[in-house]
Amino acid sequence: MKKLLSDDRFNAVVSSLISILIGLLVGGIVILLVGLFSANLGIKSAWEGIRIVFAGLFSTGRDASGILTWGFNGTNIGNMLFRATPLIMTGLSVAFAYKTGLFNIGAPGQYLMGTLVTLFVALKVPSESVHPILIWLLAFLAGTMAGALWGCIPGVLKAFLNINEVLACIMTNWIAANFVTWMFDISDLKNVVENTKSGYIYKTTYNNVATTKMGLDKVFKGSQINGGIVIAILIAILIYIIMTKTTFGFELKACGSNRHAAKYAGISDKRNIILSMAIAGALAAAGASLYYLAGNTEFFWSTYQSLPGIGFNGIPVALLATCNPIGVIFAAVFMSMLDIAGLQLTNLTAYNEYITSVIIAVIVYVSALSLVIKMWLIKLSKKEKAGTKKEGGEA
Amino acid sequence: MTYVVQQTLLYAVPLMIVALAGVFAERSGIINLALEGIMIFGAFAGVLFIRIMQNVAWVLDAASNKAYAKLQLLEILAMLVAAVLGAIFSLLLSFASVNLSADQTIGGTALNLMAPALVLFFVRIIANQNTLQMQEGDSASWFMIKKTMLGYSKKDNLGFLGNTFINKVYLATYICILIFIVLSIILYKTKFGLRLRSCGENPSAADSLGINVYKMRYAGVTISGALAGMGGFVYSLTTANCTSNGDVAGFGFLALAVMIFGNWKPLNIAGASILFGIFKCIAAGYTSIDINGDGKFCLAEIGISPHVYRMLPYLITLIVLAFTSKSSRAPKAEGIPYDKGAR
Repeated sequence: MKKLLSDDRFNAVVSSLISILIGLLVGGIVILLVGLFSANLGIKSAWEGIRIVFAGLFSTGRDASGILTWGFNGTNIGNMLFRATPLIMTGLSVAFAYKTGLFNIGAPGQYLMGTLVTLFVALKVPSESVHPILIWLLAFLAGTMAGALWGCIPGVLKAFLNINEVLACIMTNWIAANFVTWMFDISDLKNVVENTKSGYIYKTTYNNVATTKMGLDKVFKGSQINGGIVIAILIAILIYIIMTKTTFGFELKACGSNRHAAKYAGISDKRNIILSMAIAGALAAAGASLYYLAGNTEFFWSTYQSLPGIGFNGIPVALLATCNPIGVIFAAVFMSMLDIAGLQLTNLTAYNEYITSVIIAVIVYVSALSLVIKMWLIKLSKKEKAGTKKEGGEA
Repeated sequence: MTYVVQQTLLYAVPLMIVALAGVFAERSGIINLALEGIMIFGAFAGVLFIRIMQNVAWVLDAASNKAYAKLQLLEILAMLVAAVLGAIFSLLLSFASVNLSADQTIGGTALNLMAPALVLFFVRIIANQNTLQMQEGDSASWFMIKKTMLGYSKKDNLGFLGNTFINKVYLATYICILIFIVLSIILYKTKFGLRLRSCGENPSAADSLGINVYKMRYAGVTISGALAGMGGFVYSLTTANCTSNGDVAGFGFLALAVMIFGNWKPLNIAGASILFGIFKCIAAGYTSIDINGDGKFCLAEIGISPHVYRMLPYLITLIVLAFTSKSSRAPKAEGIPYDKGAR
C-alpha cells in the first residue's frame, strides 16, 4: 500500500478522483441549499435533483405516479458518447500543448477553421462524381490540415518573435470567428431549402456524406452516436504512443519542461514549439471534422460574437486528466455524462443544467490543488513507513 | 464625430479598467486569468442589486419623480456592490494561489468556468430565462445623463465638447476614468505601489526587507477582483442595457490581451484600449459614420465587408506586437508561488 501511495501515476489518478468527488458533493450541496431556501422547491425535489446529478445517465424518466425510474437508457449513453467525441479531441489538443509547455487557449479558433474547411469540402465536392467515402476522407484531412496551419500561427509568433502564446491565441480565435462568418456569408451553403433556417449551413447529409454508424446505433437506439467515437479513441491512443514511445515525443516534452536546457542538449526549440502548436491545432480541428461529418448537426454560421464552447471545454478535460491522453478519453466521457445528467435535470425537475457546469468548475478548481493532495498522499505513505521505523521529523 | 468618440469611450473604458485589474494582480506576482469570470460575476451582482432595489420605496419614488441625482446614486451603489462581490469572488483565486500554492493558470481557468455556470444557474432560477434584466425600465431611461437633466432644452446646441461629453453619457464611464488615473498614481508613486511591484519582480528581496509578500499578493488580487467586478458591471450597464446573461463576449480575455499589449503599463494600456474602442466602433457603425460632417458616409462607399472591419483590431494588434514584442517584459516572478523557505 505504501508503495502504491508513493507512485506518481497512482497519486495523479487518486487526486483526480478526489477532485471529482468534491465537485459532485459541492453540486449536491448547492442543490440542497437552493431547495431549502426557495419557496416552491422542497427537500424532496432537492433529493431528486441530487440523485439525477449522480446517476442521470441511467434515468429513464418518470413513471405514471411521478416517481423517477432508472434503467439502461441507450439513448442517453449513445448521446454521451456522441458528445464526448469532439471533447476528446479538444482535450487532446490542450493536453498535448500543455505537455510541451504551451497553453493552447486557441482551440476554439482552430475548431472553427476545421469546421469551415470540412463543411466546404464535404458540401462542395459533388457526390455524383466522387464516392462519398472519398469525400469524407478528403473533408477530414482538409479540416485537420486547416487546423494545423491555424495553430502554426501562434506557434511561429512565439518561436520567432517571442509573442506570448496566450495573447496570440486569443487574437487568432477572434480572427478565425470573423473569418469563418465572412466566408460562410459569401458562400452558397446557407440552408435556404428549409424555411427560417438560413442562419445555418446544410448538414453534410445534404451531399450524402456522413460518418458510418458502425452498427452502434443499434446498440444505443435513438441516439446520435456514430463511428466518430471510435476514431477519436484511436487518435487518443496514437497520441499516447507518440508522446511516450517516440523520440519526437520525448523532445517535445523536454522542450516543455525546460526550453533552454533542451536547446543546450541540441533539440531545436523553435521547430518543436511550431510543431506542437501545429499538432494541437490539427487535433482541435479534427474534433470539429468528426462532429460535423457525423451529418446530424447544422452549423450556425454567424459566429463572430461568440466562440464555440467545445473549444474551451477541452481545457478542464485536459486538466482533469493531468494531460495524459488516455486519461483525456475518460475525462471527456465523464464530462459528457455530466452534460446528459444536466439535460435530465432540466427535463425532469425544476433545476437547470447549469449545475453540472458548476460541478465541473469546482472539479477543475480542486484539481488545481492537486499538488497539495499529492503531497498529502506522499505524506500518508511516509507516515506508514515511519510508524515501523520510529523516525522523527520527516517532511 | 460625436458618435465615434462616445462609442469609443463606452467600449474602451471598461476594457481599460479590467486590464488595470490584470496589471494589479500580475504586478504582485499572481497570474489572473479569471478576469472574464470575475467580470461575469460582477455584472450579475450589479444587475441583481438594481433589480432588488427596484422594489424599495425611495428608488421607485425617485424614478417616478425623475429625481435624477438619486438614480445616479443607485448606479454608484451598484458599482460598489459589483466591486465588493468581485473582490470576494477573487478570494478563491488568491487563497488557492497564495496559501495552497496552486497552479495559477488552472485556478484562473476554474474561476472562468465557475462564474458563468453559477450566474446562469441562479439567473434561470430567479428569472426563468437565460437573461436577468432590470425589473422595469432599462439602463438608458434610468441612468443615462441627458442635457435636458442639466437644464438645457432639447434644441440647445452645446458645441462639440458639450454634445460629446455631457449629452447621452453615463456617470459610470467618468468614474472609471477617475479610478484608473488614481490607481495608476497609487501603483507608481506611493510606497504601497512600490512594494506591490517588488513582490512581482523579486519576492525574496522584498521579503528580506520585511514586506509581507503573502499580504501584498492578497491585496493585489483583491484589488484586481474589485476592479474586474466593477468593470463587468459598467460593461453591462453601458453596452448590454443593464442585463446579465452569463457572458461578456470574451471581454475579459481581450482585457488580458490589452494588458500584455500595453506591456503592463497603465498609459500604454489606455492607448491600446482606445485603439480597440475605435475599431470596434467603426466595425459596428461604419455605414453611418460621417467623418467630416459633409453628409456623405465615405467608409460605406469603399465597399469593404463588415467582417473585415471586425477582424481589424485583432489583426492590427498582432502586427504591432510583431514589431514591439522584443521589449515585452512580464513581471519576473509572476506565476511562481512564493515559498518563504526557499530563500
